[in-house]
Amino acid sequence: MISKEEVEHIAKLARLELTEKEVSKMQKDLTEILDYFKVLKSAPEPKTTNHSLQTTNLRMDEAKDSGIADKLVNAAPDKKDGYIRVKAIL
Amino acid sequence: MDLTTLTIKQCHEGLKKGDFTSVDLTKAYLENIKKFDKEINAFISVDEQGALVQAALADKKISSGAEFGLLCGIPCSIKDLILVESKVCTAGSKILEKYVAPYNATVVQKLKKEGAVILGKTNMDEFAMGSSTENSAFGPTKNPHDKTRVAGGTSGGSTAAVASNMSCYSIGTDTGGSIRQPASFCGVAGLRPTYGSVSRYGVVADASSLDQVGPIAKNIEDLKIVFKVISGKDLMDATSANYEFQDKDFDIKKITIGVPKEYFSKGLDKEVEKIIRSAIKKAQDAGAKIVDISLPNLKYALPAYYIIQPAEASANLSRYDGIKYGLSVPGENLLDVYLKSKGQGFGAEVKRRIMIGTYCLSSGYYDAYYKKAQQVRELIKQDFVDAFKKVDLIFAPVSPFPAFKLGENTSDPLSMYLADIYTISVNLAYLPGVSVPAGKIGDLPVGLQIIGNHFEENKILSVAEFIEKS
Repeated sequence: MISKEEVEHIAKLARLELTEKEVSKMQKDLTEILDYFKVLKSAPEPKTTNHSLQTTNLRMDEAKDSGIADKLVNAAPDKKDGYIRVKAIL
Repeated sequence: MDLTTLTIKQCHEGLKKGDFTSVDLTKAYLENIKKFDKEINAFISVDEQGALVQAALADKKISSGAEFGLLCGIPCSIKDLILVESKVCTAGSKILEKYVAPYNATVVQKLKKEGAVILGKTNMDEFAMGSSTENSAFGPTKNPHDKTRVAGGTSGGSTAAVASNMSCYSIGTDTGGSIRQPASFCGVAGLRPTYGSVSRYGVVADASSLDQVGPIAKNIEDLKIVFKVISGKDLMDATSANYEFQDKDFDIKKITIGVPKEYFSKGLDKEVEKIIRSAIKKAQDAGAKIVDISLPNLKYALPAYYIIQPAEASANLSRYDGIKYGLSVPGENLLDVYLKSKGQGFGAEVKRRIMIGTYCLSSGYYDAYYKKAQQVRELIKQDFVDAFKKVDLIFAPVSPFPAFKLGENTSDPLSMYLADIYTISVNLAYLPGVSVPAGKIGDLPVGLQIIGNHFEENKILSVAEFIEKS
């Protein structure tokens, strides 16, 4: 069984607040799911290593006016003068 | 005449002849939504006014005598994971309950350019994580064939809307089976195209190396029509491919069909197996060559998927931190805002996946889980490469069972994951696959899955059309 501390550590890494009840349910669920992953240990090593389907062809990195900058800022819960406002971190 | 039973092609012919207008069609669909959707819950939002405006515009174009495309004036619905400009896009989540899309997804832009009428946004599992549409923050979608059962997921709203004539066709997404499995459960046609064939720009990201947009429709012909419009290279999606779909008929007599033994092992419902075997027999009787094949690493697909998908999703979903958009819960400091916004905004399954993904990517576990899963993905891809040296297409079930009861699998995540056991390998290998209705168990539809090689949608769809008509 995954410990309560371990669940809380992972939740902290994920920036996810969990209630006491959620933590104990998560202990049970994660333990079962991670156990299920053990079957992968018996999988052979692949002979090939290329994961993707095709080579990604990138466009030129050029600045263009998307025309939606204001809309994107406006979607933020807290904004001022075209900037997104966040709490002080220092 | 009930206009809502017509296919895209039939609607188009009717519009051309002047038998009815796009406004007539749109009103008929809106009427059905009013009649049925209280119970089915296929839509998260309906845009009655917007749809009627689009329909009137389409009618204007049609009556002007100008050439118009097959989708012009035809009412459709869009999974609520895909952005439609100035409309709310929830992704089935409370965290985006009030999020208004600032632009159109490329697929939506393409549809609008053709004159499509968008009726509304369809229900789905939160952030496309689930197998039954029960993980939606806006209530589950019910199966139109049996309302005590699930519609499948995650595009369950889209497939239920098409199955109950609440939209002529729909656009869904498929990360692990989310078009094919609900299409099978609801008895409609659904195509998960090759990875990269349809742009993902403007589609809320779940797992970026698995996600693909695709059509859901009343029949295969309609799938072809929609797929032709939405596919192709897009500068806004670097993974989109230079690909033009060309509809082509293949002679069934010249097709070799592989039947992988691993898809017919324990866990497969006997009645589902009977229906799939009889579809194989039909193809054989018509002259197709049937070959037994093996995909030896298929047994690793489900665990590998449930590492890779949560890993990618946990990274993609870190953006919902209460700062840029969506729900923001006030906190004492910045970290507190992150913790609370995510903690209160995400539902149980999404939290579980974020936890699994974060665990598998965390220091000390990366090699044992994520790296191993990526290696297994390569094995599975190679299995299909080997198979397609011998066969043109693969026939298989879509899901081991027909639509299950609402609530039947909600308390046990692992049993829910099994609903996707036959579809996820296709996503891991970047392949295309279709679900075509093949039979029924009582009232419950069962789909046949036809898997093809990369960018061979035309072969899949041509043979699917044969199955549909036979």
